Amino acid sequence: MVDFEVVSLGKTDHLAVGETAPDFTRPLVNAEFWEDVALSDLTAEGPVLLVFYPMDGAFPATYTWTEFRDRALGETYDVRIVGLSISTPYEHKSLIADRGMGYDLFSDPANDVAEQYGIVHDLDGMAGVSEPRPAIFLLDADRTVEYAWVATEWPDFPDYDEVERALTER
Amino acid sequence: MSAADAPAPPESSDATIVLYRLEACPYCERVVRKLDELGLDYHSRFIEPLHSERNVVKRVSGARTVPAIADLETGASMSESANIVDYLERTYGGER
Repeated sequence: MVDFEVVSLGKTDHLAVGETAPDFTRPLVNAEFWEDVALSDLTAEGPVLLVFYPMDGAFPATYTWTEFRDRALGETYDVRIVGLSISTPYEHKSLIADRGMGYDLFSDPANDVAEQYGIVHDLDGMAGVSEPRPAIFLLDADRTVEYAWVATEWPDFPDYDEVERALTER
Repeated sequence: MSAADAPAPPESSDATIVLYRLEACPYCERVVRKLDELGLDYHSRFIEPLHSERNVVKRVSGARTVPAIADLETGASMSESANIVDYLERTYGGER
C-alpha cells in the first residue's frame, strides 16, 4: 500500500441494503449489438449484480473486469452480472472485445443513474464530467438490495471476497 | 435464417418489430421514417459498423447489411430499405 493518505470521497447518502433499487432503461451492450433494456427486465429473470465502474479506458475498468472474468462469478453463482459506466456503447463494445468478457454493460453518459443511486463522483480536473463512484449492488427479483458496497476513497476497489460471500449466502 | 432467429426484445418493450440499424445510416433512417409514418412500435438494435462483425444480422436476415428487420408478428425477416419499406406498406399500410 501507499504510505500517504488516499483521497477521501466523503460520505454519500446512497442506496442501501433493504431498499428497492430504482428502475432505469439504458442501452445495454453485448458482444454483438446494443438495445434499450430496463434493469427490471434483468431482475425479472433472477438476481442481478449491478457493477458501477469508472469509465472504459482507465485502469480501474480493466482491473475490475479482469477480476470478475478470472473469478468466473457469473458462471459459479446463479446471478446475472452487468456493468454500468458513462462510456458510450462503442467504447463498451471495444472493452468487451478486448477483455473477452461475457458480461453486458449499460451505457449512461449523462450519469443520471448514479444520481438516482446517490453515488455521483465529480471528476477533478475534467470540467463537466461526472461518473458513478465504484459501487456494487446485489439485487433480488424485486430489485431489493441484498448487498451494497460504495467506494469511499479514490481510487477504491470492491472487496471481491466479500462480494463472493454475499453471493454464497443468498 | 428467420425472424425466429432474432433474440426477443426485452419485456419492457411492447414492440413486435426489431430493427437492426447503424447510427446515422440514411437507409436505416428511411425505414424509421416509414415505421413512424405507419405508427408502428419498433425495437432498435444498434450494430457494429464493421461489416465482418455483423453475424447477428446475418442470422436474422441472411445478409450482413443494415437496415434489416425481424417482424415477430408475421415471422418475416429481410434486409434492404426499399424491400422493407415496401413490406411495411403492404403489411400495415391499409389498416392504420
